Amino acid sequence: MSARLLLLAACFVFTRTLAGEIPLEQRRSGYDLMSRETQKMQDDDATNPGTLWLLDGEALWKRKAGAAGAACADCHGDARASMKGVAARYPAFDAARGRPVNLEQRINSCRTDRQKAPPLAWESKDLLALTAYVARQSRGLPINPAIDDRTKPFLEAGREAFHRRQGQLNLACAMCHDDNWGKHLAGSVIPQAHPTGYPIYRLEWQGLGSLERRLRGCLTGIRAQVPEFGSDEFVDLELYLMWRARGMKIETPGVRP
Amino acid sequence: MARAVVTLPATARRGEIIEIKTLAQHAMETGFRRTQIGELIPRDIIRTFRCAYNGVEVYRCDLHPAIAANPLIAFTTVATESGTLSFQWVGDNGYAVTEIAPIRVE
Amino acid sequence: MTTRREFLVLATALAVPAAAKAQLDPNLAANRKAAFQAAFKRIVGDSPVRPGRVKLTLPPLIDNGNSVPLSVSVASPMTEADHVKAIHVLTEKNPLPDVVSVHLGPRAGRASLSTRVRLADTQTVTAIAQMSDGSFWSDGAEVVVTLSACLEEGLI
Repeated sequence: MSARLLLLAACFVFTRTLAGEIPLEQRRSGYDLMSRETQKMQDDDATNPGTLWLLDGEALWKRKAGAAGAACADCHGDARASMKGVAARYPAFDAARGRPVNLEQRINSCRTDRQKAPPLAWESKDLLALTAYVARQSRGLPINPAIDDRTKPFLEAGREAFHRRQGQLNLACAMCHDDNWGKHLAGSVIPQAHPTGYPIYRLEWQGLGSLERRLRGCLTGIRAQVPEFGSDEFVDLELYLMWRARGMKIETPGVRP
Repeated sequence: MARAVVTLPATARRGEIIEIKTLAQHAMETGFRRTQIGELIPRDIIRTFRCAYNGVEVYRCDLHPAIAANPLIAFTTVATESGTLSFQWVGDNGYAVTEIAPIRVE
Repeated sequence: MTTRREFLVLATALAVPAAAKAQLDPNLAANRKAAFQAAFKRIVGDSPVRPGRVKLTLPPLIDNGNSVPLSVSVASPMTEADHVKAIHVLTEKNPLPDVVSVHLGPRAGRASLSTRVRLADTQTVTAIAQMSDGSFWSDGAEVVVTLSACLEEGLI
């Protein structure tokens, strides 16, 4: 009896000191950790610089492109209806590739396969604008990537990457974003790192940028090898991050410091 | 491509002070930044913003590199009569953008 | 991140451009303060400048100096007889002292501006209002900037 009690106590102590995921009810978007002024900048479409990219995205949605002379609107109609909820469930499994793809990859698949147009370059103004426009249609909706037998292995790969120490500074994402969120690192507040507002208008970039751009920034910061845009490692990590943020609301276009 | 966005009410009462918010897409390159190998990136900014009400200038800003990228300029004007509000941004390297918005004043 | 090679190129490249030299100037603080005072004098001339009537609003602690919300408003009836002709915003530690100048009149209804500015250091920002009767009024706001604009790179 006392041995079992001791074992139970040991388990309790062990799990308490183990680096763990943030309990679901304690999750906070980067929005909640920003100053009131930056929050106001995001809240009002008239002052949110992301609005400029949304308007570009809307124009691109309607523009005919490629050898097929097709616009997104020709197949998908009004994005406000057809794209509602889409960004909230990406990265999503792509049967043709046999693995999940992110929203940018999906948009480029449509460009090459359906519009017969060249793919949009990573981090280009047009790809950011279209991605922002599509993601905006999920604003206010809960993040909800589909986790099933097909996507589970990729989710686990992403989870492993999030917890793996890497780079010259030998840091794992979890060490800052699970264990030390809310504390300060060189004057900035460490967020929990939920991709709730992407593509975001980052004050430091003075422009709109993708989740991968942000991840590349972090990896450069810890002096780790930076994967190429659209690489499997990135998309697996994005899937994990979206699963980790499941239930939280999309805020695109977010504003972040 | 969206160069600027203007937000203001479509109608107003005569004499009412209306709020106008404008956003222009522009990097506002300060002229103090350098490339990775040390070359100075030349200054390239919006220099002036003008708002005209039925052709009469009612508000003008002279901008300097200290204005942040994708500048927000929010101000007020008195709704005097129905007509057109025009907004003009002029800057370096031939940058010139104009947006117009109708206003109905009752 | 600068490699050693890039640093050497940078150091030699700084030999010529005056603006670049200004960034390495050992008298940086003094020169910028002098530039601020020259800009101030250019605006007001020899007229006295009284504190008051102007309200300059900036957050006291700033996330990121690259985009700081700034609001300035001036108490004035904004009539033909009594209105604000211009509002000027200056800094004492940015590479250039001028931030923005607004030219307006009674048709503005209210003398105000909201915008976003770049601040290169913890400093005092000054707003000067020029009235139709020729008088000048001012307000200052002290801000603490943890990440400076203009001087720190956000290239990643």
